Amino acid sequence: MADQPTAFERFVQGILPENPVYRQLLGLCPTLAVTNGMKPAITMACSVAFVLLCANIVISLIRNLLKPHLRIVVFTLTIATFVTIADRFLAAYLFQMSKTLGPYIPLIIVNCLIICRCEVCASKQSVGTAASDAIGQAIGFGLALSSIAAVREILGTGMFFGMRVLPSAWPDWVIMVLPPGAFITLGLLLGFVNWIGIIKSRRSVND
Amino acid sequence: MSDTMKNSDPKDPTETAGLHVAPSPHIKNTGTDTQRMMIDVMIALLPIVLMSVYLFRLYAVKQLFICVIACLASEFLFVWMRGKAITLSDCSAAVTGIILALSLPGSAPWFVGVLASIVGIGIGKIIFGGLGMNIFNPAMVGRAFVMIAFAQLMGAGSYENMTGLVDAVSGATPLSALKFNGLTMDIAPLFWGKTNGSLGETSTAACLLGGLFLVIRKTASWQIPLSILLTVSVIAGITDITGSYSGVFLVHHLFGGALMFGAFFIATDPVTSPLTAKGKWYFGLGTGILIMVIRLFSGYPEGVMFAVLMMNAVTPLINRWTSPQPMGEA
Repeated sequence: MADQPTAFERFVQGILPENPVYRQLLGLCPTLAVTNGMKPAITMACSVAFVLLCANIVISLIRNLLKPHLRIVVFTLTIATFVTIADRFLAAYLFQMSKTLGPYIPLIIVNCLIICRCEVCASKQSVGTAASDAIGQAIGFGLALSSIAAVREILGTGMFFGMRVLPSAWPDWVIMVLPPGAFITLGLLLGFVNWIGIIKSRRSVND
Repeated sequence: MSDTMKNSDPKDPTETAGLHVAPSPHIKNTGTDTQRMMIDVMIALLPIVLMSVYLFRLYAVKQLFICVIACLASEFLFVWMRGKAITLSDCSAAVTGIILALSLPGSAPWFVGVLASIVGIGIGKIIFGGLGMNIFNPAMVGRAFVMIAFAQLMGAGSYENMTGLVDAVSGATPLSALKFNGLTMDIAPLFWGKTNGSLGETSTAACLLGGLFLVIRKTASWQIPLSILLTVSVIAGITDITGSYSGVFLVHHLFGGALMFGAFFIATDPVTSPLTAKGKWYFGLGTGILIMVIRLFSGYPEGVMFAVLMMNAVTPLINRWTSPQPMGEA
């Protein structure tokens, strides 16, 4: 286990260098589906953060009991437990938001980001490392979701978190809050992030 | 892109030599380069532009000006961002701008044309690698974007009787008047274009004139427009007979919408339509069916744009399906 990244490295990598959406292209279903406004995007990011953290901790605790051929089933069952908790919690305390998000909260069960983190980190490393990995990845996921949601909500409705930020003369680009807007925004932002990465690597080569 | 630039060089020996002996493939380049084609298209668009300027006056001039400038500027900007050679001289961006402007309503505000141009050229064309690489017709990508983004500004409500020259039911294109209100008009204004609609689509006469020029010059294939028009005629004709419209329905669907403009100028884009003659028939058939399906069964009164975009998407499949077998292979 000597070559495994430390807890701090796991934490930092999750935020930008290995951002789940922009670098690993994981969890794209919620990324595309719930980013038409900041509020659903933040709710989704928080739910994923909760499930990811709990799942990573539990998997890490039982990592020595895992049988290789059964591990995916165990991952899925663990994740499903916490997704159910998150889903019921939202339905109880944030009913309107739970309605808005619809099937996308239960669908966190099959969010490949969480299974990926269980497989890559939690099933191999200690609880502390797994937890810091989960927090880093969750922050990265939240950043990605809110960056896409910010572009879509501002251009699509002229609002940010439901408050008007652009002048009322702004013609709402309705397409941005519809599914095509999600694909266009994600594509352009992905290109932008890659472009920055290229510039950075060029600079570091020159230095 | 550098190939087409090279071919437009007048000193190219293949252009001047009367007899050119060379090993195969014997592809003759004279007069078929991009710039030549695009100038042909511009000449063919001239009657439509004149007609729209006559009908919609300053609205048409403004829209054409905005779209052409915005298309040229975004082509310049995005090609420069990609670090490629500037491709403004092949005129394709200018043609995209003209076609885009002619497909917009004259009353649409300035940002509609600008945004459609940026999206059409940027996302529709340069992102795929520039002219010749794009999957979708750039002008229609831009128009689809603003159509969905600004449904209010692009819908039937925006077609007001701006100059008083068109004898139309106020605020309606002939197709939406027929579809939503059951109102009809005479064949003469439909044919000559004194109706309401997007700038370039109203005049069937002008579209036919320009379109026939393109077909005779072989800049556009004849199979695509013919098969689209035949398919639409058959479906509209059947609807007409079964609905006992006594010809009105057929005439409206042939002359009333963007069918002529779309069939001759949008669907025939050589980049986004199939390569083989057989494929072009299939392409036209599919486009015609989709146009009528959208017109008859969707919330939109007009379907040329979406039909062409959908058929653009299956063009690679049509190409593979109809590519000729090399001799000797089973």
